Amino acid sequence: MDSFYKNKIARAWWWKIIAIVCLVYTCYYGFIGEVPAMVVLHETIRNLYFHVTMWMAMMLLMLINAIYSIKYLSSLNRYHDIVAEESGKMAMVFAAAGLITGMVWANYTWGAPWTNDPQLNGTAATILMYAAYFILRNAIPDENKKAKIASVYAIFAFVMMFVFIMVIPKMYNSLHPGKGGNPGFNKYDLDSNMRMVFYPAVIGWCLLGTWLMSLKVRIRRIKEVTEEN
Amino acid sequence: MKKTIILSILFLFVLVSAHAQEANQVEMADGLYANGKIYVVAIVAAIVITILTAYVILIDRKVTKLEEKINQK
Repeated sequence: MDSFYKNKIARAWWWKIIAIVCLVYTCYYGFIGEVPAMVVLHETIRNLYFHVTMWMAMMLLMLINAIYSIKYLSSLNRYHDIVAEESGKMAMVFAAAGLITGMVWANYTWGAPWTNDPQLNGTAATILMYAAYFILRNAIPDENKKAKIASVYAIFAFVMMFVFIMVIPKMYNSLHPGKGGNPGFNKYDLDSNMRMVFYPAVIGWCLLGTWLMSLKVRIRRIKEVTEEN
Repeated sequence: MKKTIILSILFLFVLVSAHAQEANQVEMADGLYANGKIYVVAIVAAIVITILTAYVILIDRKVTKLEEKINQK
């Protein structure tokens, strides 16, 4: 019973208020703020606040997934496994949002929703890898065995996610902005005006993802307690 | 002398016009920003995110109430 109050941060309001302020700020200044004029990108450079941040939120949730998997393996506390599973699910929601917004953008910028770009194939491989995580979970009926095997797999998947979306695309020429000599938002282009919106945008979307995940975890706990009685 | 002045002015003019063209080469939604209509889109987007987060707040409060109810039992 005390587990509801054990995690005080999930019940606190201050970080949720920060999330709302950052998101409203992003959705207003994302359109009003000044952006550098660049070939190919034009006004779509504003997608930095809405598309790129989806991947940031996804990576944070996958990090939470990996941390709680390690925590589960050392404590064998069921609560840690629930957090790991729900953060993995929420990461998939943000991955879907990132993929769909990216395909809309690519359709207008590159002329096709999907190209054989290493970045795109890397993210597709990451999503399939996490899909396998859920299939693995559902394939094992025994609760403890399921949690243990899934936790080990989650650590492996987190490392491979970095390889697929951070390492491999940098080794090949990519069509993506800021890579392979394309105009983009690397350290030379991302000017201070864009930073003023980009950093709050990252914080806002990441906190929103964590908030939704914490709600799902709390609902799972309520369900478990009510089903026990 | 006159010829050189005219030529240099012409050269300057070409240089300035070329520079001006270079500055306007990248097409941006300048018209949309000039007549101020982009504010409408920005406000709409801000309202959408406000409503969505307000809904999440309601869910959060409901979950908190449920937790308290179970804790009282």
